[in-house]
Amino acid sequence: MSAETPVVQGRNLIRDYHVPGSLTRAARTVRAVKGISFSVDRGKTLAIVGESGSGKSTLARIIALIDPASGGELMIDGKPVDIGKARLTREMRSKVQMVFQNPYGSLNPRQKIGDVLMEPLALNTDTPAAERRRRAEEMLAKVGLPPEVFNRYPHMFSGGQRQRIAIARALMLNPTLLVLDEPVSALDLSVQAQVLNLLADLQAEFNLAYVFISHDLSVVRYIADEVLVMHQGEAVEQGSREAVFAAPRHPYTRELFAATPVTDVASIRARVARRQARRAATA
Amino acid sequence: MALLTIRNLTVRFATSTGSFTAVDGIDVTVDKGEVLAIVGESGSGKSVSMLAAMGLLPDTASVTADEMTFDGHDLLAMTPRQRRRIIGRQITMIFQEPVASLNPSFTTGYQIEEVLRFNAGLSKRQARARALELYRQVGIPEPEEKLRSYPHQMSGGQCQRVMIAMAIATNPRLLIADEPTTALDVTIQKQILDLLMDLQEKTGMALILITHDMGVVAQTADRVQVQYKGRKMEEADVLTLFEAPSHPYTRALLSALPENATGDRLPTVGSFLEPEVQP
Repeated sequence: MSAETPVVQGRNLIRDYHVPGSLTRAARTVRAVKGISFSVDRGKTLAIVGESGSGKSTLARIIALIDPASGGELMIDGKPVDIGKARLTREMRSKVQMVFQNPYGSLNPRQKIGDVLMEPLALNTDTPAAERRRRAEEMLAKVGLPPEVFNRYPHMFSGGQRQRIAIARALMLNPTLLVLDEPVSALDLSVQAQVLNLLADLQAEFNLAYVFISHDLSVVRYIADEVLVMHQGEAVEQGSREAVFAAPRHPYTRELFAATPVTDVASIRARVARRQARRAATA
Repeated sequence: MALLTIRNLTVRFATSTGSFTAVDGIDVTVDKGEVLAIVGESGSGKSVSMLAAMGLLPDTASVTADEMTFDGHDLLAMTPRQRRRIIGRQITMIFQEPVASLNPSFTTGYQIEEVLRFNAGLSKRQARARALELYRQVGIPEPEEKLRSYPHQMSGGQCQRVMIAMAIATNPRLLIADEPTTALDVTIQKQILDLLMDLQEKTGMALILITHDMGVVAQTADRVQVQYKGRKMEEADVLTLFEAPSHPYTRALLSALPENATGDRLPTVGSFLEPEVQP
């Protein structure tokens, strides 16, 4: 048992969605998250991996305090939180922030970048205006954007720059936990590398805990400390990155690994040889 | 022998701020029965060059080329009517968003039968029988029932199988697949790529695969063409490209792959490319 309290802990988290009935169909309940437990320490990254419909984004929204869990317990810094029962305190709201997949959809097109960054401070803290401005400019520098972007609008930025802005906004309240839902999936490979590097730098600087949702195993292998593989709402595999990648135990994890394209020269050579053999056979 | 030859293709778009060159002097050739991957990031002109070859660009685009021939026929000199005998029959195309590529108001069966009646000249009855056969060939479960299904009643992977069935319905000589698996989960991606490669080998058609994903390239291509900002950076057979990439941009792309990460930080394309970007 480590002396430090984990930043976030989930115990047997459950999420049900109620599908209303119609003339021909009875109402039913869909269990999207079926009892998941995990914990993330300061400065560490938990990657949640799964395909569409696995419940990974539903779980992310519970951890990010956007949706309440239907069952189980969620603890932030050792304190139980249930947004279904009690309003969040400002303090709790500041501790957990989220970055979404689509940087085009997650910024208000009519809000200048400076206002995007200052708004969380205005809403959640009593920081005076001049101080808000100073902190926003500081944060822009930290995510690698020049100060003159302060008065520009989101449409003037590329996808990678917008994702930097979204990350900067998430960090304005000095959170301890960032929930990142597919933050690099919409980005080109070269931009993806820059954003992953930025996330690594920020994690080291602020000792942040990350919950990183992804379907891309090569990204997960690069960034994660712990890995949780979800399939149909269940955690089919959970463990350290090394353990999961070295010896996946669950058949679904193995299927996922086998389906992920590999780019090493030996396997390309083998494929090309197989193809030539088949061609020779038919010719 | 080259099936499709494009030489010095340039595509410009008229915009409110002047003309924008999306494709800048690109050559593309693909041989019979060959799998060519065109790889690049957004803005590399990889889709636009193929849309230009298909004649599918809007009127704001001006397309020029020194040569554009398909199987000895000059595509540039053709009337639109002549071109349509080739496009959609001998050259077919599938796109990134399978669900958006299908018309939501008609059953998938109706849509594939339409292709068969207009482009393959089959009667209604023949078209129905052939559609069923094609659905079986592309591995759609319960094909009789799925012919009566609307796109929204099918998964993304199944819709892409329908698109592939439509694209091979006329026994094309060349299939152009524009990011065919980008919207799909990895396990489904593998199934779709396996299906495309299997069909390619069985029918002997040529396949041009447009993608941004080096993993997809590694699993499918015979030959690879790397594009950046509308220009061709490098062209090589797949093994050479991964083993000994010659252009700095290709090397940068490969080392930006997280699975190739050697240290704590990923090298970025910018750090490779600053000195010059010359093809």
